[in-house]
Amino acid sequence: MNWWQRLLRREKMEEQLEKEVRFHLEQHASELMAGGVEPREARRRARLTLGGAEKVKEECRDARGTRWLEDLWQDFRYALRMVRQQPGFSVVAILTLTLGVGASTVMFTVVNGVLLRPLPYPQPGKLVAVHGHSGTWNTKAFGEQNLAYPDFLDCVRESHSLLLAGSLFNGGTVSGSGDPEYVDLQEISSNLFSVLRVNLTQGRAFLPEEDRTGAAPVIILSYSFWQRHFAGRQEALGASVTLDGKLYTVVGITPAGFRVRDSEPDVMTPLGQDTAKFLQSRGPHPIGAVGRLAPGATLAEAQAELDLLGRHLAEQYKGTNANRSFVVEQLRPNVGDVGSTLWLLLGAVGLVLLIACTNVASLLLARAVSRERELAMRVALGAGRGRLVRQCLTESAVLGLSGGFLGVGLAAIGFKPFVALWPGSLPRVEEIQLDWRVLLFALTVALLSGFLFGLAPALRAPVRELEQVLRGGGRSVAGSSRRLHSSFVVSELALAVVLLVSAGMLGHTLLHLSSLDPGVNLRNVLVSRMALSPSTLANTDRIRAAWQDVLERARRVPGVQAVATVDTFPMRQGFNELGYWPTADVPPENKRPNALATSVSPEYLNVMGIPLRRGRFVTDQDRVGSEPVVVIDEVLSKQAFDGQDPIGKRLWMPDMDYGPFVVVGVVGHVRHWGLAGDDQAQVRAQFYYPFAQLPDKYLRRWSELMSIAVRTEVAPLSEVESLRRELRGAAGDQVLYGVHTMEQLADDSLALQRFLLLLFGIFAGLALVLACIGIYGVLAYLTGQRVPEIGIRIALGASPNGVMWMVLRQSLGMILAGVFIGTAAALAAARVMLRLVEGMQPTEPSAFGMTIPVLIVAALFASFLPARRASRVDPVIALRQE
Amino acid sequence: MQPKSDLPQGTLDLLILKVVALGPVHGYAIAQRLEQVSRHVVQVPQGSLYPALHRLENRGLLAADWKETETGREAKFYRLTGKGRAQLETEAASWERLTEAVALILKLSEGGVK
Repeated sequence: MNWWQRLLRREKMEEQLEKEVRFHLEQHASELMAGGVEPREARRRARLTLGGAEKVKEECRDARGTRWLEDLWQDFRYALRMVRQQPGFSVVAILTLTLGVGASTVMFTVVNGVLLRPLPYPQPGKLVAVHGHSGTWNTKAFGEQNLAYPDFLDCVRESHSLLLAGSLFNGGTVSGSGDPEYVDLQEISSNLFSVLRVNLTQGRAFLPEEDRTGAAPVIILSYSFWQRHFAGRQEALGASVTLDGKLYTVVGITPAGFRVRDSEPDVMTPLGQDTAKFLQSRGPHPIGAVGRLAPGATLAEAQAELDLLGRHLAEQYKGTNANRSFVVEQLRPNVGDVGSTLWLLLGAVGLVLLIACTNVASLLLARAVSRERELAMRVALGAGRGRLVRQCLTESAVLGLSGGFLGVGLAAIGFKPFVALWPGSLPRVEEIQLDWRVLLFALTVALLSGFLFGLAPALRAPVRELEQVLRGGGRSVAGSSRRLHSSFVVSELALAVVLLVSAGMLGHTLLHLSSLDPGVNLRNVLVSRMALSPSTLANTDRIRAAWQDVLERARRVPGVQAVATVDTFPMRQGFNELGYWPTADVPPENKRPNALATSVSPEYLNVMGIPLRRGRFVTDQDRVGSEPVVVIDEVLSKQAFDGQDPIGKRLWMPDMDYGPFVVVGVVGHVRHWGLAGDDQAQVRAQFYYPFAQLPDKYLRRWSELMSIAVRTEVAPLSEVESLRRELRGAAGDQVLYGVHTMEQLADDSLALQRFLLLLFGIFAGLALVLACIGIYGVLAYLTGQRVPEIGIRIALGASPNGVMWMVLRQSLGMILAGVFIGTAAALAAARVMLRLVEGMQPTEPSAFGMTIPVLIVAALFASFLPARRASRVDPVIALRQE
Repeated sequence: MQPKSDLPQGTLDLLILKVVALGPVHGYAIAQRLEQVSRHVVQVPQGSLYPALHRLENRGLLAADWKETETGREAKFYRLTGKGRAQLETEAASWERLTEAVALILKLSEGGVK
């Protein structure tokens, strides 16, 4: 028979085993009887000689190979029976675990989708990104550097182990039927789709002959743009689309959700058709490059080829390519700094899970101690120690798996609201789903936690002396059990302290950050990106006139108090860092201090409500031809001139290639990097320069990035429609897009901290409740076991208050130990948070002072009920139990 | 009566195989036979006989059939398989080598090896 046959014929085997043993006993007895022994005595002797029929049978079962499976099945059924028999206990345990596993699975689902899942292209391991590298570029602050277009073309030509495609992020105004719309545009190499191995839903990719100057203008639409503008109709192919005043023929539609380098463009045009001047130079680096390794080629080979090319270019073009090299890296999704927040939350949720496990462990332990007699009986009947441990573990695994199963269900419905709650947009949100990794995680967590909380009671179960237990009737509690129980309560409380204090620190941080002065008057300010009419961009005079026209039109809208144009504005809405120096002998690039440069029109100061400290702000008299001026903030004033009066001093800025600039005024510092980030930002110094003095050669690029800021007399959002209408311009093709109020932006700059506070608050609350349930359960159990002892004490004259105090003292001991250990752990956790959370304030006594009393009071309250019950023990009844 | 000796480790299997080799036999008879043949010197713990039988059956050294005894009762009769016979021969041979060696050592005179 095979092992599985044996398993299937279990009942028959049992029957035969029984028959065999019975035959043996009867045969022996009948022989004894034949020798003249009395029947009853004969049967007794036969049994004694065999040494216990049940024990023999048990050992025979062990001798079969299928033993473990049978046991597992038996234990499993037994465990289910236990679960059904004690519905109260089971419901509490399973619910606790469901919460723990569910919450951690939700967090893991998000971590998995955002950080762990590979890129959604075929064979993502073969995809690489090519970055530029130079000694002066601060990768940490600005991310990886892209490539200059001529450099990119050289890379394509020189790298044989890589198939390279480039993309250039751009924007444009689509006009024609309906309102003009500002769209995200990617200019791409014709082979981008074949490098990524993505098939178009409709039509075709660009042809190589379309990827060069002078070819017929063609365009590929994103799936969502196609749905929006053509309602998904087939006729879109071959139709024409007007982008920035130029007619393009639609040749293809991407699949839904198609992304190029972490952005989802609306439309794509061939990169090779772009004749922009900055693409001819090796100075600017706008091209993002992705590649696919050729079959058999390695990353190192590709790197070696590009290293060689980098050295050649550095010699050939000393001015632009000195110290410049190329870096080939595995292509990874760029998720910004979301990672640290996600890991932090996963850690916090892990603590909640630990508390849940500890809670169930102490419940199980309490039950195990009261089941001691049952277990002892099983040992007496021939069960081995290993067998009992296995049985206890099976029971907890059943609990763990039920919790895990329900937890996955909870996660399946829970992760969507969680993602929706996430402040701002979560990168790669479309990748967040339940997949095999998540299921594997949940299963592992469920089984591990089952093992974790089942182990202590299981190991404990058979240790005590058999006889003593059977005689003691399971009423006495061994000291070791009491210690184990206390250690559970202590660790639960300690974990709760960590979460409570973390929540307290986040609360304190948030209070502190929201009380900071942003440096601008946030009320009633509207900011919006603005795209000029494409027809004006050809000519610099027309650009200047167009911006003047925009300002005048906006001023005409009723309710508008002041209006200004600006290239970047506070709360991280873009930045332009420039090196400066207060004397003419400017040091090299990497030795120069940097400042944030903002080009403005004169009313900007009034719109934003920035306080003027000295001198004057930019005025209408500052224009091309007059002396270049800057207005600096207090930080720059201190940094550059160190206490001297800066008015009339000069600043040299080599990147601007005009100047020097004379300082005409000092204004207050603005928290450009957001309320949370500004204090730690590397570059805080700021200066403002007049847009009107910008040389012609910069004008077009600056105009493509321009925003307007409007101070209103009424609620700013109510002005959006009239502004939009008014600013559409004479040709009706100027667009406002990305409209915000400054209040929204300031609010958003703290959204992450607020979100963390909310979640930590929830986790801490959960931890508190679980810890209280734990301390209640353990105390109720411990005092329940001590009823006879308490009865004697009362009979001997102890007062009810004295008894109550005795119980409370016991719990207070556990609480204080928990708080002590928890405080130490919280201090360690605080250091982690300080690193991971932007704007986090260092540990504050108040974070402890506000939260720990709450915990102590709640825990004491939970222990009050069992204490009171103990004080009301009737000595007569208690002693009768004994 | 001399005190009974405990069975050395691992010899129970060998004895069972040998007894079963003489012809199909049920558990009780094996116990009887072992006790008789050893002239009551060897204490065969009956409790460990059955687990040993099941283990040997499990390893394919023994096979079992249900047959009627002379008294007309149904009993489980064990018999040796081919694999069991081979096992018996190797184990018996190694047992003999061992006992010879032990006997030699025990016969050494006090003066040491000559």
